[in-house]
Amino acid sequence: MTKHETDFIVVGGGVVGASIAYGLLRRGLTVNLLDEGDDAFRAARGNFGLVWVQGKGANSTAYARWTVQAAARWQSFSSALAALTGIDVQLQQRGGLHLCLDNSELARRDEELKGIASTIGEPYPYEILDRKAVQHRVLGVGPDVVGGSFCPMDGHANPLRLLKAMHAAVHMLGGTHVPGHHVEMIEYRSGAYELKTPHARFRAPRIVLAAGLGNRQLAPMVGLRAPVEPIRGQVLVCERALPFLDLPTLHVRQTGDGGIQIGDSKEDVGFDDGTSLEQMSQIAARAVRCFPDIGNLNVVRAWGALRVMTGDGLPIYEESSDQPGAFVISCHSGITLAAMHAEVLVHWLCGNPKPDLITGFNAERFDVQAH
Amino acid sequence: MSTFDVVVIGAGPSGITAALTAANRGLRTALIDEQLSPGGQIYRNVDAVDNGMQTILGPEYLHGRTLTTRLQHSTVTRIQGASVWQISDDLEIAYLQAGVSKTLSARHLILATGAMERPSPMPGWTLPGVMNAGAAQIMMKTAAAVPSGDVVLVGDGPLLLLVGKQLLDAGASIKGLIQTSPIAQAGKAMRHLPKALLAPGYLIKGLRLLTHLRAGRVPFFRTDEAVNILGSDRVRGVSFIHKGQRIELTVDTVLLHHGVIPNVQITRMLRLEHRWDVDQQTWKPCCDGHGRSSNPSITICGDGAGIAGALAAEASGAIAGLDACFALGNLSEGERQKLVRRPARAHRRQLRIRPFLDTLYRAPEWLSAPLDETVVCRCEEVTAGQIREMARLGCKGPNQTKFFSRSGMGPCQGRMCGLTVSSILAAENGVSIEETGYYRIRPPLKPIPLLALSQARVARSAGTERNSQPNEDPTHE
Amino acid sequence: MFKLIESDAPQRRRICEIFVDGEPCQAMIGEPLAAALLKANCVPMRYTPVSGAPRAPLCMMGVCFECLVEVDGTPNVQACATPVREGMHVRLIHGARSIGQLGGAAQ
Ligand SMILES: Cc1cc2nc3c(=O)[nH]c(=O)nc-3n(C[C@H](O)[C@H](O)[C@H](O)COP(=O)(O)OP(=O)(O)OC[C@H]3O[C@@H](n4cnc5c(N)ncnc54)[C@H](O)[C@@H]3O)c2cc1C
Ligand code: FES
Repeated sequence: MTKHETDFIVVGGGVVGASIAYGLLRRGLTVNLLDEGDDAFRAARGNFGLVWVQGKGANSTAYARWTVQAAARWQSFSSALAALTGIDVQLQQRGGLHLCLDNSELARRDEELKGIASTIGEPYPYEILDRKAVQHRVLGVGPDVVGGSFCPMDGHANPLRLLKAMHAAVHMLGGTHVPGHHVEMIEYRSGAYELKTPHARFRAPRIVLAAGLGNRQLAPMVGLRAPVEPIRGQVLVCERALPFLDLPTLHVRQTGDGGIQIGDSKEDVGFDDGTSLEQMSQIAARAVRCFPDIGNLNVVRAWGALRVMTGDGLPIYEESSDQPGAFVISCHSGITLAAMHAEVLVHWLCGNPKPDLITGFNAERFDVQAH
Repeated sequence: MSTFDVVVIGAGPSGITAALTAANRGLRTALIDEQLSPGGQIYRNVDAVDNGMQTILGPEYLHGRTLTTRLQHSTVTRIQGASVWQISDDLEIAYLQAGVSKTLSARHLILATGAMERPSPMPGWTLPGVMNAGAAQIMMKTAAAVPSGDVVLVGDGPLLLLVGKQLLDAGASIKGLIQTSPIAQAGKAMRHLPKALLAPGYLIKGLRLLTHLRAGRVPFFRTDEAVNILGSDRVRGVSFIHKGQRIELTVDTVLLHHGVIPNVQITRMLRLEHRWDVDQQTWKPCCDGHGRSSNPSITICGDGAGIAGALAAEASGAIAGLDACFALGNLSEGERQKLVRRPARAHRRQLRIRPFLDTLYRAPEWLSAPLDETVVCRCEEVTAGQIREMARLGCKGPNQTKFFSRSGMGPCQGRMCGLTVSSILAAENGVSIEETGYYRIRPPLKPIPLLALSQARVARSAGTERNSQPNEDPTHE
Repeated sequence: MFKLIESDAPQRRRICEIFVDGEPCQAMIGEPLAAALLKANCVPMRYTPVSGAPRAPLCMMGVCFECLVEVDGTPNVQACATPVREGMHVRLIHGARSIGQLGGAAQ
């Protein structure tokens, strides 16, 4: 069996792992990015591409602020990525809309955003819009739309291009992306971790587990826990159309290529593993109520993607206390947080103090809740 | 929503026979097809074909009427103009008919969705004026039409020769037939000749086709490289190497054909097991001798299970129909064994010719390894070179490639590029095509308008009340 | 691009009129719309939304999606799988479709 040694091993080539590998490589470290086979990456491939602030962190000021900072870094993050790889990730950050279909939904929304704004301790710009004001921002909203919320920090990017750009960057910065290697075992041996896959062994003094749902199995191997659950979300993609939707909304957005993506959101839909027809139909119905004119667009693809969720929806960023140098990173909003992961988080992974904002994001918090 | 014992998808020779077999044994059977009339690809429009075309298409085509007539007089519920777009694990089948999504459910499912022509990526194949040869035949069957200008045929195989003959008889102007199967294959095929001689009449038919084309003064060419299709807004000609010389023909229409392959879209969507068939150079679903797939509630028959031709499809439909009866407890093991004997024998007889044909008309290597500039994914306009670039970026399989390059993301949902993308990746990564895998196919099987999708749930629950009558056609057609 | 063959029973053919980009055009009832358009020489039949490349039907059996046209106001319909009806209004598609009245409205 061959052995490969680097400064870091990142396990998981999804959007979270790739952001971290990219960040590490930019600091001049050597990295192996281990990844599963062709049918893996469920969350990274299935996501919706929103860079989304509004409503995030209603239960945690730290997370709200972490998200705001992430969004603020996105522009320079994507420019740097484009400068390196030549890949434009089609970031648009002119604000985003959450459309509401009845007055109680709108009132709830108002309540929630007010709550975050009053506790976050920094500017939190948003507006609650009535129907007229919504119509002022986007064309073609249906008669059922009573209003919505607007946040200028929101935006969206092309998740396909983002992942591709980060993989290209890993390549260009001399990192090694090793697909088709499912990590089976992690051992600590004479000052470094050894990761065993069916085909090879990899060695590094520091390892980052960013394997999405796979972290559940991997974290205990380094004395950590990652209590994450798969939560299915469905996305529909319609054929390309001329641009009509200027701003992304939480449920419907138009990509840079003209395709319309329609999704549900964890904030609003209590989804489960329900039958696809049921789910798809429901998602489609909401989209058509929001924008009736898209009703005759053809849906060309639909998929269920598995979200990586913790019990409280907040991330886990943790270094093993018995096995220092082993980190576990689990989070849901990998696109929004990409800039934070590649920059701020990497700073910590390299041996600097953990940022104050995320000191609480340990798996321990779930033990407290259980008692 | 109505429930049937057996639902058959696809009303070609295999599907019709499967449905008749199940219905004749008293099972409540439905037969769904996209087309407005039964017959599948080979017997397309057979009940309404134009007078002038009947003699040209010949008795083998008109044979389809025996099937459609039996179908008409059967108890099979026919659901036509209905395109299946999603099937749930518990066999609830959603289909789109006249813009409305409807559902029905099955206790056992038979897939008889047939074949499609192997995509023929080569320089210029996206130009208007390029068509599949089978498509030109469909023009004869459904519209009594032939190309109005000069035609060249490119590729190989029995269907290409047949279409060539039919076009000639119908008055098309054929400027040439460019054969692409490697000449060395002829020698290899000889091994299978003795077995082929036992097949009923195929060889004689083939020779007759060749003689007919030569008598019609169709020039034959052969090439070992990709044919260049020329033109900017439309085809204006082809250029290729024949016996070491570059030849250019000026034509208006190019008809491509490199054999047919199972259309695996539906079997892939259902996540049934597939294997790579080295001889036929295609994927096919894994089935047992009765057509039962890796899902015990699903049986597959006809060309969708592996290419064997129309008469074999008919026999395999009967086998699949019996398998469904057996699966539902309508037949005992012993009874099935007795009843399956005849169709199984007919099926075996039809299969004898395959090794010979598969070897003789093996698709050329260059077809699965197109030049870098050649468009592979027609919908998203992704070239072979771009796919190779994805391999260099670390893509081991077609799904990551799709995500990075958009290949397979357009309206055809990967039907036109799936085979080529997997072949290119396998070659580039130096692994087998089986290890490389195939696109993960997701619903909808066919694009469905968002509005129809949004009403699908409502339509289903409404259907429950409306269609409580057994045996009633849930389409109210 | 295609022509109707001669027939000794032409009266059996049920001819009707359809409209292609507003122009009247003859077709046979029940034949695939794509076939009627090929006979009327509507080639290229569409231009792709990706690069504007010209295209025409490839497969005539519903798998290639090269025959997309607008039929009676519904865009991106497979013409090879749509039977001709008397008086049908067909529009050939140039590039990406527009959404309702909103075509290209944004930006
Ligand atoms: C274009 C073409 C031309 C051919 N011409 C000849 C010929 O001249 N002579 C010859 O010997 N062989 C010919 N073949 C081969 C021949 O078609 C097959 O051997 C034979 O038709 C196989 O029968 P089948 O029942 O398996 O499938 P098919 O006859 O292909 O029937 C499949 C049916 O399934 C339907 N279907 C598919 N998907 C769906 C869905 N999602 N929902 C609803 N319905 C669906 C299709 O509309 C079709 O009617 C041709 C093949 C092709 C592709
Ligand atoms: S011509 Fe291929 S789908 Fe219509």
